[in-house]
Amino acid sequence: MVTTVMRQTDLKVKVVVPQATEIQKLEKKSLVSYIYIGTPTETYRAKFGTAPRIQLNDAFASPNQVIEFIEKERAARSEAEVPLLTTSIKADKEAKMGIVTDVKQELRKCNALKLNYSSSKRAEVYN
Amino acid sequence: MRRNRTTPEVNAGSMADIAFLLLIFFLVTTTIDTDRGISIRLPPMPEENQPENDIRIKERNVMKVLVNANDQLLVNGELLGVKELKRRAKEFIDNPRKDPNLSESPTKAVISLKNDRGTSYNIYITVHNELKAAYNELREAKANADFGKPFEKLNEAQQNQIKDYYRQVISEAEPENVGGV
Repeated sequence: MVTTVMRQTDLKVKVVVPQATEIQKLEKKSLVSYIYIGTPTETYRAKFGTAPRIQLNDAFASPNQVIEFIEKERAARSEAEVPLLTTSIKADKEAKMGIVTDVKQELRKCNALKLNYSSSKRAEVYN
Repeated sequence: MRRNRTTPEVNAGSMADIAFLLLIFFLVTTTIDTDRGISIRLPPMPEENQPENDIRIKERNVMKVLVNANDQLLVNGELLGVKELKRRAKEFIDNPRKDPNLSESPTKAVISLKNDRGTSYNIYITVHNELKAAYNELREAKANADFGKPFEKLNEAQQNQIKDYYRQVISEAEPENVGGV
C-alpha cells in the first residue's frame, strides 16, 4: 500500500519511531513543535557522520539550540496558547538515550514541560 | 390517441462537476493523522537556591527500575525481562496480598526509573509504555469494579477519583554514564 505523509519540514534525519500500545493522539496540531532525532540521511552523511543528530525545523542543531527553538515557537503563538504548547520528540528507535536526555534537560530549562514521545501503534500487548 | 411515452431523464450533466467538487473538498480537508505517542510531563527544573528537600520514602514504596547500556532491566536488584515488567508493576502498585515488601497502598507507590546514556530509545519507550500500561489496566479494573463501566465511559469526577487512587508517579532520575557509550 502506498501512503502519503504530509510534512512541514524536510527530514534530514532517518526516523523510525518506536512502537507502543498506550499511545494518545496529539490534540491540536498547531500547538505542537517537533524535534527530530536520528541518523543523518545518506546525502548528509559525509558532512555530519552517522551518529544520531537533532533536527530543528530544517537544520541540524546541537542540544543548546533547543531553548532558542522553543522561544521562537512561543513567540509565533499568542500568549494564551503558550502554556498549551506541546513538544513532540520524534526520535529514531535506534537512538541512544544520551541525546534524548540532553534535549529533555534543555526543555526543562526553558519550562516546556509538556512532552510527547512520538510512537506508532503496536498490536501485540505483553502480558 | 398516441401519447409520447418516453421516460423522463434525470439531468445528469452537472454530475461530474459535483463529483469533482466533492473530491477536491475532501482532498483539502483531510488531515492524515500520524501524530500519536506517549505523553508525559517533565518535572520542572529545580530552582538554583532551592534547599534540597529530601523527601524520605519508605523502601517498600519504591520500585526501582534500572536500564543499562545493554538494554537490560534491573527491577529492585533483580534481572527481569521487559515482558514481565507490567505484571510486576501491577503487583507492586496494587499489592493485593499485602506483601510487606511491596507498596503500602497504590497512592504511596512510586516507580523510579533510571537509565544510562547508552540505553536505546526503543527500550526506554517500551519500559515507559509497560509502566503506563500497568497503571491503565489497574484503573480500568477499578472502574469496572467500582462503577461497572469502562474508564473511558466514566464522567470526569469519577475518572479523577480513580486517577487519584492510582496516582501515576514515575520518577526519572538524572541519567548516568556508566555504560561507557
